Amino acid sequence: MTTDVTAQPTVKLVGTEVRRVEDDRLVRGQGQYADDVLRGALEMAVLRSPHAHARILDIDVSGVLDVAGVHAVYTYDDLTGAMAEPLPLLIPHAALTHGRTQYALAKDEVNHVGEAIAVVVADNRYLAEDAVARISVDYEFLTPVVGIPAARAAEHQVHADVPGNVAARLEQNVGDAEAAIATAPHRLALDLDIERSASMPMEGRGVVARWDTDARRLQVWTSTQTSTGVRAAVAAKLGLDLVQVDVITPDVGGGFGVKIMHPWPEELLVPMAARALGQPVRFTEDRREHFISSAHERAQQHHVEVGFDDEGRLLGLSVEFWHDNGAYTPYGLIVPIITSTQLLGPYKPQSYKVVFESLYTNTVIVTPYRGAGRPQGVFVMERTMDAIAAYLGLDRTVVRENNFIRPDEFPYDHGLTFQDGRALVYDSGDFPESLRKLKELVDWDGFERVRAEARAEGRKVGIGIGCYVEGTGVGPYEGAHIHVETSGKVKVAVGLTSQGQGHQTAFAQIAADELGVRFEDVEVVAGDTRRMPYGVGTFASRAAVMSGSAVALTARMVRAKALRIAAEALGASADDLEIVDGVIRVVGDPAKSIALGTVAVLSNPLRYAFDEASKAATQFSVGDPGKPPVAEDDEPGLEARDFYSPMRATFANGMHAVIVETDPDTAEIKILKYALVHDCGTIINPMIVTGQIHGGVAQGVGGALYERMAYDENGQLLNASFMDFLMPYATEVPESIEMDHLETPSPLNPLGIKGVGEAGLIPTSAAVASAIEDAEGFPITAMPISPSELFALRLAHASKGTTDEDRR
Amino acid sequence: MTEVTNEQAYEVRLRVNGVAYDVTVPARRLLSDALRHDLGLTGTHVGCEHGVCGACTVLVDGRPMRSCLMLAVSAGDYEITTVEGLTNADGSLSPVQQAFKECHGLQCGFCTPGFLTTITAGIAENPDPTREEAREMVSGNLCRCTGYQNIVEAVCVAAKLARGAEVAP
Ligand code: FES
Ligand code: FES
Repeated sequence: MTTDVTAQPTVKLVGTEVRRVEDDRLVRGQGQYADDVLRGALEMAVLRSPHAHARILDIDVSGVLDVAGVHAVYTYDDLTGAMAEPLPLLIPHAALTHGRTQYALAKDEVNHVGEAIAVVVADNRYLAEDAVARISVDYEFLTPVVGIPAARAAEHQVHADVPGNVAARLEQNVGDAEAAIATAPHRLALDLDIERSASMPMEGRGVVARWDTDARRLQVWTSTQTSTGVRAAVAAKLGLDLVQVDVITPDVGGGFGVKIMHPWPEELLVPMAARALGQPVRFTEDRREHFISSAHERAQQHHVEVGFDDEGRLLGLSVEFWHDNGAYTPYGLIVPIITSTQLLGPYKPQSYKVVFESLYTNTVIVTPYRGAGRPQGVFVMERTMDAIAAYLGLDRTVVRENNFIRPDEFPYDHGLTFQDGRALVYDSGDFPESLRKLKELVDWDGFERVRAEARAEGRKVGIGIGCYVEGTGVGPYEGAHIHVETSGKVKVAVGLTSQGQGHQTAFAQIAADELGVRFEDVEVVAGDTRRMPYGVGTFASRAAVMSGSAVALTARMVRAKALRIAAEALGASADDLEIVDGVIRVVGDPAKSIALGTVAVLSNPLRYAFDEASKAATQFSVGDPGKPPVAEDDEPGLEARDFYSPMRATFANGMHAVIVETDPDTAEIKILKYALVHDCGTIINPMIVTGQIHGGVAQGVGGALYERMAYDENGQLLNASFMDFLMPYATEVPESIEMDHLETPSPLNPLGIKGVGEAGLIPTSAAVASAIEDAEGFPITAMPISPSELFALRLAHASKGTTDEDRR
Repeated sequence: MTEVTNEQAYEVRLRVNGVAYDVTVPARRLLSDALRHDLGLTGTHVGCEHGVCGACTVLVDGRPMRSCLMLAVSAGDYEITTVEGLTNADGSLSPVQQAFKECHGLQCGFCTPGFLTTITAGIAENPDPTREEAREMVSGNLCRCTGYQNIVEAVCVAAKLARGAEVAP
């Protein structure tokens, strides 16, 4: 592994708006999603618990196999070996003292509505569901624990052996925050809540498997964010050698985090059934299943104590929060760890204490959703900034500016441990400049005029701001394999997967630039373990940073080898060669040239010619008879594989501002203007980056104003459909999003890239809350907020006769 | 317990993208499933199966309909167009398809077929939509990836391309 950042080629495609190579296929309806491959496969349906908390006394499956077209039914009792053990706890942590994971099929008890109890495989989904309806289960009901207050009160326990419902407690300290707060000139305390939401990709989960009886191989297509992770899990659970399992990521209809969770019970049960039945088997979840049996995120309650000086500088910050992790903890403590560290944003409190408890509830599991704990952390910090500004009577941007890490302070070490187990060290950024740009973009200083004009018309408007820093591109590594065919075509494979981010385009841009070949000649494959068996996955805005870097490093190796072979063939020095449009030529003497494809031929000494071109590489044509045909430190073929593994994450950042109007009568909340500045280092394709931010902002607006999981006290999810869980349509998103970029390259990788996938939604709830508070004059402490909630707040504050003076 | 036997099946001739297909399906088979699984036209996607997301939208006699809300046995009388049938006769991309590609109107592509069919019908009805009308045209379809900005733009560009195509010989 090398990270030589010196050899910069002339940049051509990186940085330009290349149109996506993915699109032609997708707009023709020729995408291949999980439900589209292996037509005619048997289909699986799942019996899911209708109860949030119960013991299973008996499961009666007699009569199921009588349904015509049914091939098999499985319950826990049918699972053997590793399949009968709990599912993996993917990310262990010393603080996770009471980690619990579910079984592939429930054993003895169920802990949330939707937990899988039995599966049926039939000719088609209709018949499988008919058969599932014939299974009867005897339950003994237990009291469900729903919501953070109930989990904390711990009158009832989710898991009998987890006292207080506490899965983990983690504390980090920098300095003595409590002492600093006690002696600070000013102090404030705030309680801040965020509710449950979810990734909600348009395509739910889907998995298809085929067991090849002759080759004794399993092939699995799954709608995942980590094909290598699924492969390892399937092999381990089914007792297969890794080399017997291929996992192929088809087109994935959106992920947003939920599909990094693996293995889902169905991801194991489908391959298991395919192998047992000797026939391809498929599971495609429906929307209700996605709501009640995949994963959610976001629900956290926070208590903040802060001490500050007359300029609003943070002398001591102490945050305690409670994280609802749902029924199990397969993904460890990643989300609350991210909240606890990324809460700091662009600021440098003089001392900081953070402690969280991760709590069990009888609800769907919690794993990262785009933003992954950051929207909560940013909400907490930004609400605190606004409260300080209100208390001191200072402009909100001034308080922020007074707390910024300055550009000359990078790398900045916070003294904390980040989600990757590494030190939280920011690599680069220019926060004052970002703020300056944002204020200009939204005309922050001119807003009082806007407010006055609106007021004159009887309208209420407010402006808000949210700043964030996002650790992107966490390790451990990603790799790339690049192979130049004898036709000159370049085949690139990366280990991580793609869910619509345009990786095939962006990575081809990098490969084409580095190798000096035409963009059209590069083809990228992502998430196919047959082509690249080593990889981690697509999460934490890491694809461009990690795989982009790996592609660049690998392409440089291929380039070096091509130049070496060409130099020999042309009788020139490698230093005098360049590659242009796939032809290697002597600089200043373009007549002396050789095609990259020909170099590929020469790179592989042959005994047998298979076509005209390959004759050039046969044993009577080339080679120094005094040397072995393949040198000792060389290998045949014009190809290479390399990996990028950084010391630590690279930190992107941004700032959002929003202007809202709140209806004086109905309390409807309308976004009038949305503006943002972001810095994701070197931009590979501005069109794709802009698209990522558009999508993020829309999800952020959904999270701020519409989306919440409505559980009742029995643990029933009341809004488990698109009819009731309100995601934004085109009419709910801002009409336009004004954007400005800053490019502070990361010093940590060869191209200076930082991630951008999550940027659009991280500060949205914070900024919208800030704007509503500004419009209304009383604190907004919980998100999302609906018109009826805003209306209720108005009534409450009117009857108390309070304003934000209250906090003083 | 008695053996549960096969339910009754019906023969129906589905006319999709100008091709007639004879299929035998039970009464409850959704048109979306028949298109995808019986005919293998997997371009039509299913995002919710309850009529809200619009991913499954196909054109029924030119009008956008949610194929997850229609039974296959009731579709025999109509001309159905799916995303696979939107391309021009020579195989080139239709104005709407071209516009989506040009404007980066798609990311994961899962919602896209429903938008393409909806907009195809939309601009046939309103060949010169304002931005507001463009937004309205797609306001019944969910997309989780794009934030809709480029989709609205693509409606306007598609309309323009379509108008251009009409004046061309
Ligand atoms: S699948 Fe038909 S509207 Fe969602
Ligand atoms: S492009 Fe992914 S849902 Fe629309």
